[in-house]
Amino acid sequence: MTAAISTANDLLLGRRSFIRASATVAGGMLISLYLDLPLTAQEAGQAKPQTYPPDAFVHINPDGKIIIQVNRLEFGQGVHTSLPMILADEMDADWSHVVAELAPAADVYRDPVYGIQMVGGSGSIAHSFQQYRELGAKTRAMLIAAAADQWKVRANECRTEASVVRGPGGRSATYADLADAAAHMTVPETVPLKNSGDFRLVGKKTRRLDSRPKCNGSLKFGLDLDLPGMKVALVAHPPTFGASPKSVDDKEARSIPGVADIFEIPTVSKGTAVTVVADKFWTAKQARDLLKIEWDFTGVERADSQQLWTKYKELARTPGNVAVASGDDKAMGGIPATNRIVAEYEFPYLAHSPMEPLNTTIRFDGDRAEVWAGSQFQTFDQAAVAEVLALKPDQVTFHTEMAGGGFGRRAVPDSHVQREAAAIAKRFAGTPVKLVWTREDDVQGGYYRPMHVHRVEIGIGADGLPFAWHHVIVGQSITAGTPFTPMTIKNGVDETAVEGTADTHYEIPNFHVSAHHPTVNVPVLWWRSVGHTHNAFVMETLIDELAARAKVDPIAYRRKLLKADAKKLRGALDVMEAKSAAWRTKLSKGHAVGFACHESFGTGVACAVDVSIENKRPKIHRVTVAVDPGLAVNPLTVESQFQAGVAFGVSQLMAKGAITLKDGRVEQRNFDGYTPPYITDAPVAVDVHIVPSAEKPTGCGEPPVPVISPAVVNALSQLTGKRYRTLPLVSV
Amino acid sequence: METYKLTVNGQPKEVTVNSGTPLLWVLREELKMTGTKYGCGIAACGACTVHLAGVATRSCVVPVSLIGDRPIVTIEGIGQDPVGRLVQDAWVSEDVVQCGYCQSGQIMGAVALLKSTPKPTDANIEESMGGNICRCGTYPRIRQAIKTASRQLK
Amino acid sequence: MVRSGRAMVRLFFFVLVGCAEWSATLAGAQGQGLSSKGTDNPTTRDAGLVAWQQVYSVLTHPRCINCHTATNYPQQGDDRHRHLVNVVRGTEDKGVPGLNCATCHQGANADSTGVPGAPNWHLAPLSMKWQDLNDKILSSAEVCRSITDRSKNHNLDGTGLLKHHAEEPLVRWAFQPGHSRDGTARALPPLTHDEFVAATRTWVEAGTPCPQKR
Repeated sequence: MTAAISTANDLLLGRRSFIRASATVAGGMLISLYLDLPLTAQEAGQAKPQTYPPDAFVHINPDGKIIIQVNRLEFGQGVHTSLPMILADEMDADWSHVVAELAPAADVYRDPVYGIQMVGGSGSIAHSFQQYRELGAKTRAMLIAAAADQWKVRANECRTEASVVRGPGGRSATYADLADAAAHMTVPETVPLKNSGDFRLVGKKTRRLDSRPKCNGSLKFGLDLDLPGMKVALVAHPPTFGASPKSVDDKEARSIPGVADIFEIPTVSKGTAVTVVADKFWTAKQARDLLKIEWDFTGVERADSQQLWTKYKELARTPGNVAVASGDDKAMGGIPATNRIVAEYEFPYLAHSPMEPLNTTIRFDGDRAEVWAGSQFQTFDQAAVAEVLALKPDQVTFHTEMAGGGFGRRAVPDSHVQREAAAIAKRFAGTPVKLVWTREDDVQGGYYRPMHVHRVEIGIGADGLPFAWHHVIVGQSITAGTPFTPMTIKNGVDETAVEGTADTHYEIPNFHVSAHHPTVNVPVLWWRSVGHTHNAFVMETLIDELAARAKVDPIAYRRKLLKADAKKLRGALDVMEAKSAAWRTKLSKGHAVGFACHESFGTGVACAVDVSIENKRPKIHRVTVAVDPGLAVNPLTVESQFQAGVAFGVSQLMAKGAITLKDGRVEQRNFDGYTPPYITDAPVAVDVHIVPSAEKPTGCGEPPVPVISPAVVNALSQLTGKRYRTLPLVSV
Repeated sequence: METYKLTVNGQPKEVTVNSGTPLLWVLREELKMTGTKYGCGIAACGACTVHLAGVATRSCVVPVSLIGDRPIVTIEGIGQDPVGRLVQDAWVSEDVVQCGYCQSGQIMGAVALLKSTPKPTDANIEESMGGNICRCGTYPRIRQAIKTASRQLK
Repeated sequence: MVRSGRAMVRLFFFVLVGCAEWSATLAGAQGQGLSSKGTDNPTTRDAGLVAWQQVYSVLTHPRCINCHTATNYPQQGDDRHRHLVNVVRGTEDKGVPGLNCATCHQGANADSTGVPGAPNWHLAPLSMKWQDLNDKILSSAEVCRSITDRSKNHNLDGTGLLKHHAEEPLVRWAFQPGHSRDGTARALPPLTHDEFVAATRTWVEAGTPCPQKR
């Protein structure tokens, strides 16, 4: 990684080269081999770059190493391995020679579907599968062309395997030998791609490329960055979003040796914070602790969870903006009260709390700047830094640092961390400054999964199936006021709030879903699987309740209710049912099995969980998951994502799994108050079964999360006879 | 500021810092050994775990002044130890890591467990690893890797 | 808060001693040298019981009782909540490898990070539990019987108990518990260490009498 970072450091020249070169390429995607020689003949007369432009996807070293750029952040989801697998497969590269690097911010690395450089919506493989295949195939074609040229044979007389081109008469040349010549070959417009039967890597369980350095402490995350002369900044944020200091007494804080400066900076929520810049983290921390700040809350809304619950529940009693209205709105009227269920659900704010606390390092050099950040939104974050520093985005070199988790927290449309870092760096021109958010800053700093109330009224038909369904969802809009609005808000409904309900795969003849989006002075954000976190819980617990009421097997009930076209869910249910049968039929005493199935981000998931109650908490002994992600590019990644993703999903059930506010202040400070699952809370074993498929790949980062909490409480309901509609699960 | 003599991964080191500075920040900022991670600063997540005289220790809460002459082993040095190496290898072969940020601490905890309990039960694993948070949730594979390493222990 | 609370407890005992048991106090004062086998002497025994109540008030203070649990975990804080981070007792009352008491607690209080410490930080053995499995504090009589039972208390006689209260670093820690992360001083037991030792001495010299009730 260090090598990659330094390589990418001095590359504005390379970037300009890219911009010219890219003009010849349609669709904003450059197919290019940046090798040891200038890219094109036109550039031959110009100064030869000392290093490789950052925006190359593939670089073949003279020693045979094949360096593949990953066009998005690696933060656990495995793209640092899976995307290179795709490219290397089409390229017929020797996998043992492949090195992956995280690409810096550049237009060429924009997500081909979203149009910005980002990770989100479980789109990495889904969106870049075709892109990386073509990159690999074109690279291979150019290597073959170079060999054919040298050997004076036709390209179709050559074949490739493991980084070698073989031609007629036993001729062969390694990719490393051919690289220079290949760089001068024309990039083919189109190339044939492999038949899936010819894949050598795709579809094979492949271990991560970043494992060893993550196991011996050598891998550098953003927080580990150390630059000469670097300073560390901590920020004392207002205790209520948008507040500002009335007075600051920093005398004691400044007396700590090593403190460089203490000054005020604006916050994105229109308040003011106080930053301490020092030589080291611990110096800055001591100094920040000694700041005496009196805060001014004038004109600042002080959000309060208890008041919000009351308000939200009241709102939920009236329909909001309509997301879906199908069938007869009056159908409910024909159903007797005894055949109706009214259910009200509460979901709190949730912090993402990735293990690596948020951080960004910036060096501002007057007419340009350099940024190091683990970012899910490089395009936005680069632009935000540029704006604060009065630069253009292309004057900001933005390095993508390996990130210790994110779960959405590093995909912030307002780039508030980068803006803070830029405002601080601006005062320290020429000196790199690393802004660190402590865990307390993270837990109290907002950008939470919004709190929600759902109110659902279900009219049950004579067949035991839901006949009429009125569903009101209340919660802040995540995307209102962001550049995503045109994509996500329709008819006043934020799709990220109703996803998983409005687009349910269950067939409900008279179906009405609406949403209220109150404005609250608490910044909110997508939290791994976004709206599905609460919608799947509501849908899957209610379906379970309906099945129990109808005295129908919960799997059979779901099958009966699923739409005909819900193929992925049907397939997943079948596999889950078959694979869990052995343990389900011999459950230990005091155990129960709970089910859930849910499709999100195009991936169908069904799960069965074995749960008992220990120490008044659910003990999750076993989970069987069946997943249909289309073609599983790296089945090992799919398996890992699901094994771990269900544990992440248990966050919602933790006794201390809520962020609450009282009189404008967040009541939790650190992991003692807001507690993610420990090993004791997570499932003991998770077996993952991939439904065989040749369909195009869909995401696996988020789909594990929605199913687990409803499945667990569905099991608990059988053990206790209670229904669970309030999260977190404070008591069983 | 005080000067402290430390032994880190067998090497003598000398640092001059404020006596209250936690070992974590001495390692990361004075000795530039960043394999030991900051996760919470209150010993609630285990990302900062090192071995202090063989005891798995949360370096984020231990001021350098309380270390004395106890030798320190970090994730950068644990591979020198045969059990440490086995555990790292098991972590790689079981493809445990995801984001990887917590895994230095997880591995240091697992090594401490296996050194005293070479054949741990599931309950042993839950108790010994019970203070380490993996936000990605890699717990099932952590369990598996500990068992794999255990099988390979002589 | 802390100081005044302690003063109140002291006042309470003073009143108790001064009024209800005034004759015992007088007897004790007169017969100091004779009291070591004083169980037969009802007045000395009464003074011993009063002193025991003082000792008990310290033993059941969170600084002490949090590590005298009946469960497989210690407690924390003045509200005696279950110790965070899944800390467990372990077979030697020192946690388990990977999550020992010493994983956080060092030989002295860590002032800069707020973690309390003293040499050999550990839980009291289960034989010295002063609360039940529901974390309810045992009665004065129960704790007294337990603490004087040499099959449970590491075979300590009265002198041994006195020495333990006077010298054991973990006992002494309770009276210098340091401050928590946010800088607030940890609440102190209702007596000073000197008062605690003096009360223990009186109780020991009275022959470690225990209340009769349950």
